[in-house]
Amino acid sequence: MSSIPGGLLTPKQVADRRAQAPHTSMFARMLLRAAVLRRRRAASALLAMIVAAAVATAMMNLYVDVQAKLRTEFRNYGANVVIVAKEGQSLPTDTLAKVESVVGAKTLVVPFSYAVARIKDGQSDGQSSVVVVGTDFARARQLNHWWKVSHWPSAPSEALIGMRAATVVSPKAGPNRQPFELTFQGKSIELAPAGMLQTGAGEDSRIYVDQSEFQNWTGVAPSTIEVAANGTTAEVEASIRQLEQILPAADVRPVRQIIEGEANVLNKTRATLYASATLVVLTSALCVLATLIGWVFDRRRDFAIMKALGASERLINGFFAAEAAALGVVGAILGFFIGIGVAAWIGRVNFHASVVPRFSVFPYVLAGSVAVALISAVLPIGLLRRVQPAIILRGE
Amino acid sequence: MFPRIVYESFRRQARRKLLAGTAITLGVAVATAMIAVATAIGDKINRELRSYGANLVVTPQEDTLDVEVGGINLKPPSDGAFLNESDLPKIRGTFWHHNIVGFSPMLPVTVKLGSGSGARDVTLLGTYFNKALSFGKDDFTTGVRITDPWWKVSCGDGKESAKCRWPADDSQDVLLGERLAAKVNQKAGDTIEIAGRRLTIAGIISTGGAEDDQIVAPLALAQQILGKPGAVRRVYVSAMTKPPDALSVRDPKTMTPEVYDRWYCSPYVESIAYQLQEVIPHSHAEQIRQVAQNEGTVLSRIKGLMLLITFAALFASALAVSAAMATAIYERRIEVGLMKALGAGNLTVSTIFFAEALLLALVGGVAGFSAGALLARQIGRSIFNSQISIEPVLFPIIIAIAVFVTFAGSAAAIRRAVKFDPVFALRGEG
Repeated sequence: MSSIPGGLLTPKQVADRRAQAPHTSMFARMLLRAAVLRRRRAASALLAMIVAAAVATAMMNLYVDVQAKLRTEFRNYGANVVIVAKEGQSLPTDTLAKVESVVGAKTLVVPFSYAVARIKDGQSDGQSSVVVVGTDFARARQLNHWWKVSHWPSAPSEALIGMRAATVVSPKAGPNRQPFELTFQGKSIELAPAGMLQTGAGEDSRIYVDQSEFQNWTGVAPSTIEVAANGTTAEVEASIRQLEQILPAADVRPVRQIIEGEANVLNKTRATLYASATLVVLTSALCVLATLIGWVFDRRRDFAIMKALGASERLINGFFAAEAAALGVVGAILGFFIGIGVAAWIGRVNFHASVVPRFSVFPYVLAGSVAVALISAVLPIGLLRRVQPAIILRGE
Repeated sequence: MFPRIVYESFRRQARRKLLAGTAITLGVAVATAMIAVATAIGDKINRELRSYGANLVVTPQEDTLDVEVGGINLKPPSDGAFLNESDLPKIRGTFWHHNIVGFSPMLPVTVKLGSGSGARDVTLLGTYFNKALSFGKDDFTTGVRITDPWWKVSCGDGKESAKCRWPADDSQDVLLGERLAAKVNQKAGDTIEIAGRRLTIAGIISTGGAEDDQIVAPLALAQQILGKPGAVRRVYVSAMTKPPDALSVRDPKTMTPEVYDRWYCSPYVESIAYQLQEVIPHSHAEQIRQVAQNEGTVLSRIKGLMLLITFAALFASALAVSAAMATAIYERRIEVGLMKALGAGNLTVSTIFFAEALLLALVGGVAGFSAGALLARQIGRSIFNSQISIEPVLFPIIIAIAVFVTFAGSAAAIRRAVKFDPVFALRGEG
């Protein structure tokens, strides 16, 4: 290969070099150089974009997740479905297993059986009646968080005494835990009081005993099953219908107090959340709009030079649109991850539980960011188009 | 000269000023609305939580044990002690009577339904439906329609209609529980024999609880059947309470006088129970833990969430205002160059810009505050069916925030504009 002295290249060599050089189109180069040369302005526009995308992501994540979080809080109100045996009967022995198969293993299902027993009155040495309930203590404890219990029974022969039932069990019971005797249809059982139960409702007048101990003593099988069904109102209703189908011998009742109360509070909260999230997202869009309009206006000299050099209207529009879209995409991606982080933090601080990142909101954030960026780019271009390039280049 | 520059700047650059002003107005409006909603949300949700029913129950001090399974009382109902109906209006005389949404007295009576061999024992529950009462000059209505909003009266098909309604509190009409109605095959409009009286069924009641197997009647009727005028077995009270904290669970007997006053004057469920006991003689008031304990958690979760979202809103509107101001100032570098070329110092130029920012912030702040108040009212009305009013004390705070954020947003841009070499600015480079 011959070369011209003095380091100059032959036309062929120039052509070769051009062919070997990394092929970047003029369009892409202009986009890149514009961002690099005006780093500060580009960075502030990108920052606004990121903040807006992050806030929008966090809001959408929270909006979806908070409802699930609140539902778990609402489950602390206890059972929302009650399965009761038809009058005077007990539930078939396989009912509990059937219910669990419908609602799933994670759902709390607690059996209760009732009997009216006689007890020797501690005060008058007479006999009085008291309602005795057989249940699974471990499950009842999880279902009824609000029960105030001084000490949960640990052995099968121990009983939980309701606040008001305690007056007939034995006024002396309590600290020294004197055993007491209950009689049901001639059969008697001796129980030790483990602790006191206080709820402010009907439970206060009852004595709670371990389920198997209760069944051995009375022979009475569970007549009520309380279920804390998870999910939305529609899902709970579906579970109720399913339970009704497989349990023809029982009465499946929704606890309207709990279900309607929950629906009411949740609807109001959701509506408030929706209104606030919309406001916040709109405000951040406004922030992007303000920044980007400034950033495009600021480049009216670029615009004028391109026009003076003969660029077509379409090319200029395309250039600014591509620039805005690129900004929107980069901002959306970075903002999305920051927003996920913010949502997780809010979840931890407020609900003491992690917020599951929802990648399904990403397309919305991306589309929204690009749309806002395009709108903010198109608005100033529309204004600039009417101006002669010469006037802009003269600096007027 | 100074006021004229500022005045002309607003007159000749109306479009730019309008843009920045709009941004400030919108930002302040969002901030105002969010602050108003966040401060009101506790009270609003507290009221909504009342749809879970009463959170306090008042019983006679010398109450005997209930022997009740599945809503059926197995004990002679005339046993035990009663509260006096005439004491009930005094509930409106307690310190926290504004927080008491409603109360319902209950008097269960075991009655014979039907006659002859077909008769069966059922529980008849006497209560207030929507009874008009007065305490001093205070007229109010209360009853299960307020405390138990999930109770529904229908003709038996779950739908409300004009024919099947809540009976009047002074009538002799009764409501039949929906399961009981199905069992005895009766419908609304029929007459049935209850405890030897022929009574009209005003409607079928559905509650999802034990009342579905019972008869619900006006309190006066239950008292007549029982033969004890003025007797009430227990009273359910629905009150708006403050979530429990370290102070609420302390025993009032062991408190020092100051702590006691603070405890007494806070709407804790415990202190309201204490005050109910004070006004109703020989009574024992207790919280219904299922409702009372859980509402505190739900309330604090929702309040906490709204607080965090309000911070996000404030942050976003502060950014929007700053961005708008920065843009507006950046566009005016040539003006700055001209002023400086004519001999204006950095201080003079900055002062002009800050004065303009102050004017914008004040105008935008006032407009935004009014718009935000309207927005909050609209949110309150459409979501909670009640007003969200703005505390007037919020106005100076909001204006101060608006001015501060506008200044903060302008500061960096003004600094850069002032530092810029006038020669470059006037040549249009940069």
